[in-house]
Amino acid sequence: MTALSDSFLTAWQLVVAADARLAAIVLLSLRVSLAATLIACIVGMPIGALLAVGRFPGRRALIVLFNGLMGLPPVVVGLLVYLLLSRAGPLGQFGLLFSPAAMIIAQAILVTPIVAALTRQVVADEWSEYREQLRSLGASRTRAAATLLWDGRFSLSTAALAGFGRAIAEVGAVMIVGGNIDGVTRVMTTTIALETSKGDLPLALALGSILIAVVLAINAVAYAMRGWAERHWG
Amino acid sequence: MSAAWLAIDGLGLTEGATRIIDDVSLSLAAQRTVVLGPNGAGKSTLLRLIHGLLHPSGGRLHWPQPLTQGMVFQRPVMLRTTALANVIYGLKLKGHSADESRRRARAALARAGLDHIARRPARLLSGGEQQRVALARAWALEPELLILDEPTASLDPASTREVERIIGEIAAGGARILMTTHNLGQARRMADEIVFIDRGRVLEQTPVARFFNLPQSEAAQRFLQEETP
Repeated sequence: MTALSDSFLTAWQLVVAADARLAAIVLLSLRVSLAATLIACIVGMPIGALLAVGRFPGRRALIVLFNGLMGLPPVVVGLLVYLLLSRAGPLGQFGLLFSPAAMIIAQAILVTPIVAALTRQVVADEWSEYREQLRSLGASRTRAAATLLWDGRFSLSTAALAGFGRAIAEVGAVMIVGGNIDGVTRVMTTTIALETSKGDLPLALALGSILIAVVLAINAVAYAMRGWAERHWG
Repeated sequence: MSAAWLAIDGLGLTEGATRIIDDVSLSLAAQRTVVLGPNGAGKSTLLRLIHGLLHPSGGRLHWPQPLTQGMVFQRPVMLRTTALANVIYGLKLKGHSADESRRRARAALARAGLDHIARRPARLLSGGEQQRVALARAWALEPELLILDEPTASLDPASTREVERIIGEIAAGGARILMTTHNLGQARRMADEIVFIDRGRVLEQTPVARFFNLPQSEAAQRFLQEETP
């Protein structure tokens, strides 16, 4: 029990002292996961919106596919990206393996289906309300999709948030494609896994606390933003 | 009698085994036509078929001259932006430039008496104000035919009067008006001609005074008795 409380105390001191090693790990985690979420939003949101308002062959199959891909196992994504980026792989020439870029790619692949599926749900709800009005005004389905993405921007923050939560918390994919190299590709989750296995609990606990705090803070900001938006725009 | 602006021939809409619109043939020539009928008669569906929001199962619409159309719904749908931007949106969809859209939108809001709320978030306006913004949005497009589906349902009397004033002004500008309402007083005030439908079939098409003074069908007589306070 004393060892555990000592670990917590040391973890707290690391956080308060803004330990340089700790800060570097946290910043890299945020950089990788925010970039992956941004890419996932740029790709996934238009896909989700078009799945919601579009009428084309295979639409239902795509909806089922994206819903299913929400549960993609991170280690499998990591393995696939590893094969793509490894020296013998089709993208091996770019030398991205074991770099933050590889981690961003893996997380973006993991998060895009989540963003797309949640966006489809939000936009489908909006479409049922707006369809007749938008069609009456002469909006094409593509234009309607763009309009509904903008109109539902505050609700869609939840989709982005869910994607970010998935990205920042996953360990399997970034471990495989990043290699957990100290000072290069070591992020919060991979460090927690490594330090726990080594028995260095203070750093693992400090990172775990920061990870939870980051997720809670971003949720709080998004919640506040949605509340403001509803009061402001209805 | 002026020439028909729309001839409807054998129009039908079936869902499953239910005939929502049943072999409707009409020739619309009056400037202001109000479609009356009990709940579920098919009034709103008929308007949507004419506007092109629904595809008929049978029959056809013949437009002697294509008319630019606008439609205002019972429940106004506002984007999460200002009232002005809502009006601009419709204009941009029609291909107007940003400057031209802004100029036309401002003019339409002014005509609808809504200058003072142009910059306010549209979804936070009252129901009456939102419906007037919806009318301004349609008006800005300068429609030759304005279709309105119970535009004053659930509005208070003051808002209803204001909406009727705006519709009257749009009609005064030359637009044809085709609307449904459950408000018989409104039908008397707004219509030149009444089309009475029941269970998807047209039972009467007659000048407004004659419809209220001497309804021909039993269904219309019963409807007027039940709806008259």
